[in-house]
Amino acid sequence: MSLVDSPRTETLPKLLMRNGALDPRGAGIREKTLGIWRSYTWADYCNQVRDFALGLASIGFQRGDKLSVIGDNRPQLYFAQLAAQALGGISVPVYQDAIAAELGYVLDHAETSVIVAEDQEQVDKALSLKDKLPGLRCIIFDDPRGLWSYGDPLLRSYKSVLQEGRRFGSSHPLYFDDELNRGRANDMAMIAYTSGTTGAPKGAMISHRNMIATAEAFIEVNDVRAGDNWLSYLPMAWVGDSAFSLGMALVGRLTANCPESPETVQRDLRELGPDAMLAPPRIWESMLTVMQVKAADASPLKRWLFEQFRALAERCELKKGDGKPLTRSERLGYALGEFLIYGPVRDQLGLRNARWCYTGGAPLGADAFRFFRSFGVNLKQIYGATEASALIACQSDAEADPNTVGRPVPHIEVKIDDRGEVMLKGPNVFAGYFKQEEVTRDTVTADGWLRTGDAGFFDNNSQLVIIDRAKDVGKLTDGTVFAPQFIENKLKFSPFIREAVAFGHDRPFVAAMIAIDIQTVGTRAERRGLPYTGYVDLSRKPEVAAWIGEEIAKANATLPDMQQVKRFLLLNKELEADDAEMTRTRKVRRKFVAEKYANVTEAFYCGAEQVQVTTEITFEDGRRSALVSDIVIHDLSPAQPVKRAA
Amino acid sequence: MELVDERETAPCNDRRRGIEGEPSELRLSVRGVSKNFGGVRAVENIDLDVRKTEILSIIGPNGAGKTSLLNMISGFYKPDSGQILLDGFDITGRKPSQVAALGVARTFQNIALFSALTVLDNLMLGRHARMKAGALSSVIYWGLAQREDVAHREACEEIIEFLKLQDLRKLPTAALAYGLRKRVELGRALALEPKVLLLDEPMGGMNQDEREDMARYILDVNQERGITVVLIEHDMGVVMDISDRVVVLDGGRRIAAGTPDEVQRDVNVIEAYLGKPMTGGRG
Repeated sequence: MSLVDSPRTETLPKLLMRNGALDPRGAGIREKTLGIWRSYTWADYCNQVRDFALGLASIGFQRGDKLSVIGDNRPQLYFAQLAAQALGGISVPVYQDAIAAELGYVLDHAETSVIVAEDQEQVDKALSLKDKLPGLRCIIFDDPRGLWSYGDPLLRSYKSVLQEGRRFGSSHPLYFDDELNRGRANDMAMIAYTSGTTGAPKGAMISHRNMIATAEAFIEVNDVRAGDNWLSYLPMAWVGDSAFSLGMALVGRLTANCPESPETVQRDLRELGPDAMLAPPRIWESMLTVMQVKAADASPLKRWLFEQFRALAERCELKKGDGKPLTRSERLGYALGEFLIYGPVRDQLGLRNARWCYTGGAPLGADAFRFFRSFGVNLKQIYGATEASALIACQSDAEADPNTVGRPVPHIEVKIDDRGEVMLKGPNVFAGYFKQEEVTRDTVTADGWLRTGDAGFFDNNSQLVIIDRAKDVGKLTDGTVFAPQFIENKLKFSPFIREAVAFGHDRPFVAAMIAIDIQTVGTRAERRGLPYTGYVDLSRKPEVAAWIGEEIAKANATLPDMQQVKRFLLLNKELEADDAEMTRTRKVRRKFVAEKYANVTEAFYCGAEQVQVTTEITFEDGRRSALVSDIVIHDLSPAQPVKRAA
Repeated sequence: MELVDERETAPCNDRRRGIEGEPSELRLSVRGVSKNFGGVRAVENIDLDVRKTEILSIIGPNGAGKTSLLNMISGFYKPDSGQILLDGFDITGRKPSQVAALGVARTFQNIALFSALTVLDNLMLGRHARMKAGALSSVIYWGLAQREDVAHREACEEIIEFLKLQDLRKLPTAALAYGLRKRVELGRALALEPKVLLLDEPMGGMNQDEREDMARYILDVNQERGITVVLIEHDMGVVMDISDRVVVLDGGRRIAAGTPDEVQRDVNVIEAYLGKPMTGGRG
C-alpha cells in the first residue's frame, strides 16, 4: 500500500509529523554553521515547521497561497516550504542566482505572496521587484547580516515569524493540526519552474501524490536505509532537490545535510561521507579533473603507482563489462589497489561510505564513468524530467552503463512514439503547467501520456537510451540525421572544452562553436610557458586553437564521417545564463544562441576565414556592455573514422 | 577642539546628530601630535577627533604623514610631542602590545600575516591578547584552557562567517590571492575585538569586485559590530562613499576636514591633489 492511500501520511508535512513521532531523537536535517555540523532532530524539525506555519498563519497566509524560497540550501528554507504546505499552501522555490528580471517573471506569474530569502543579496532582489508584485505581502529573511539600515515594512526576520507563530499557537492550539489534516494527496505541493531552453519559464505543478509516489518508486529499486545521510547541495529551485531533500528524505526517513556554503561543498562532502550521492556530470567531471591534477603533481613514485593501479582497474572494469572472469593476479592486484589507491581516493572524494551514486541531467563521458566505477564508486545513470517529478528511469547496480539511462522505475509505463519521442504515464506525471492550459495540452495527451520532448529508444536489454531533444534532431543537406547534443557531448568529454554548440541542420556539414575551459586550458598554458591575460586572450592563441583542434579530432574519430565537425571557432567568452545563452541548469538555449550568433553560422558555411562577433555582456545587476572582436575560424582535416562503440 | 562644522551634514549622517562635541562620544583624540625623522617633519602638530560610531578617512598625497600618524596611534612610533587619548585615557608612547590590549587593532599597507599558518590559526593568533590561559594549562588542555579555546574558536568562526572565508579556513595564507589575504588581515584585526580599527590602505592592489566587497565589509564592521574605523585609502570613490568624515593631510599638516562633500569642494584639497593653477604642482 502506498503512503498516499493513508490520510495520515498522504502529504509531505504529514510524513514529517510521522517521522517526528517514529523517531523524535533521530537527526532529521543538519547544517554546517560556524565550522560545525549541527543537527535538528525530527522533533526539532516538526517544531520548527509548526512554529513557522503558525507564524505564516498569523500574517494571513491562506490555503492555496504561494510561498517562494530563494537562497542556498538551508534548513530554514526547507522548514518554510513544509510550513507553507502544512497550511495547504504551495511552495515555489526559485533559483538563487537568477537575475532580478527573471525572478520577477516567476514570482509574478506564480502569484507569490510570501518570499523567504536567505540573506541580504536575495532581499535586495526581492525589494527591487516589490512594486511589480502587487500580491507580495511579506519578505522574510533568515540571515540579518547587512540589513541593519533597511526599514521596509514588508521585511520580517525569520526569528520574529517563529516567535509570532508560538504566540499565535498558544491562542489557537488546534489551528495547526486542523490545517494539516485538511491536506490531501492531490493538493499541489510545489510549482517547479523549468529553466526553459525555449522561451519563458513554465511552472510545473507537482502534487504531494507525485512527490511521494516518486520517492516510493525510487526507494523500491534502490538500497535506501532509514538514517542514511545525503548531501543537499543542488539548487533548491530544481525539482530534483525537492524530490531528494524533501520527498525521499521524508518518505525514507533520511537525513538531509546542508553544506556550509556553495564554495565548501567539496570539503563538506568529504567530512560528511554521505551514504549516497546524486550529482550532475559537471561535478563528476570536476572531481575527476581535480584528482588527475593531484596525481600529476604527486612524487614520481606515487604517480607511477597511481598510473599502474589505474590501468589495472580500467582493465578489470572492461573485463567485467564484457562478462569475462578476472585472472587470479588481477584479483590480487585489485585487492592491493583497493588498499593502496582506490579506497584512499574514494575517501578523498568523500565517497567512501556511498553505497550508490547517480549522475543525471546530461550525459557523462564513458571514460569518466568507467574511471569512477573502476575505482569502486558505484556510479549509475538516472533520467528524469521536471514534469515527471524528477524521475523516470534509473540503472540497477548490475546494469550500470554510460550509454543508457536504465529501466523505467516501477509503476510507470514508458513508450516511444512513432517519431521517436519518449512518453510516459504513471503517478509521477505532473498536474499541468500553472496558468498555461494550452501548453499543458501539448505536453500531456488526452489519455494521460506525458511527452518528455526527448528522442530515445529501448536497446536489446530493454534499457532506455536518450539521444537528444526531439525537436533539435535535424538533417544535413544530404539527409544524414543530425543530433546536435550527441555531437556536443562527444566534444564536451574533453577536459579543455567547457561548452560546445554544433550547427548542421539543413547545412552541408557540421560546424561547432567552442567555449574553452579557462581552468584546464589555462593550466596547460602555464605549464607550457604560454603567457596570457585572461579568457579573451587565451581564446585567441593559435596554440590553444591547435590543442582544441586535436581534442575535436579525437571526438571526430568516434563519429561517423558525416557527423564529424569540419570547422570550428573559439568563443571569446563562456556561454552564460546571465546572457540568456544557457538555462540556470546549464543547458544551451539552442534557438537563442543560433539567432544571436547568426553571422557566425553564415561565416561557417560561406568559407570565411574569420568573423566579427559583437558580444553583449549582461552583468548580474542587469547592466550591459558590448564587446566587438574578430574571431578566427579553423578548419579540420577529416579524421579516419574508427570502428568503436560511441 | 571640535574640528568640523556639521551644520550641513549629509542626510546619511542624520543618525549621528546630537552627539558631536560631547567628550564621552569621542573614541580617539589626537592632540597636537608631531613627529620628526632626522630633519624630516613627518607629522606636524596634528589634531584629530574620532567619534565612537564613525568611519573617518585620512587622505592625502604620498608622504603626507598618514601612515606615520597611524603608527603613532598604534604605538609603533613614539610622538615627539602631543598627546593621544583613547576613551579619554592617555595612551601616548605606549607599546604596540599595550595599545592593542586596550582595543586598537590595525592592518598594514603591506600584508603582515604568518604565511605558513592557516587562515584559522592567523585569526586565533589575533585573539592572543584576549587569551588568559598560561602555557602549562594550555598544554594540559583541561578546564579553563579548554573552555577558553572553545570560546576563542567560536569567535573566530563568527569572523570567518562574517568575512565569508569558510572555504579557506584550513588553507595556509601563503596560498591565497592578494585580495583574500587582505581580507584575512582584516579578520585578524577583528579577532582582537577592538574598539578602534585602523586600516592602512585595505583596498590597495585590489580589483573592482574585491574593493566593493571590502567596502561592504568595512561598513558592516562599523555598523554591526559597532567598531570605530579610521581608514587610510587612495581610492577616492570608496573614501567618499563610505566615510562619515574625511581629514586631509599634506606635508605632515592637516589642510582640511569635513564631510566628503565639503572636502571635495575645499580649495586647499584641490590644490594639494591637482596643484595650483598656472604654477605647476605637486601632482
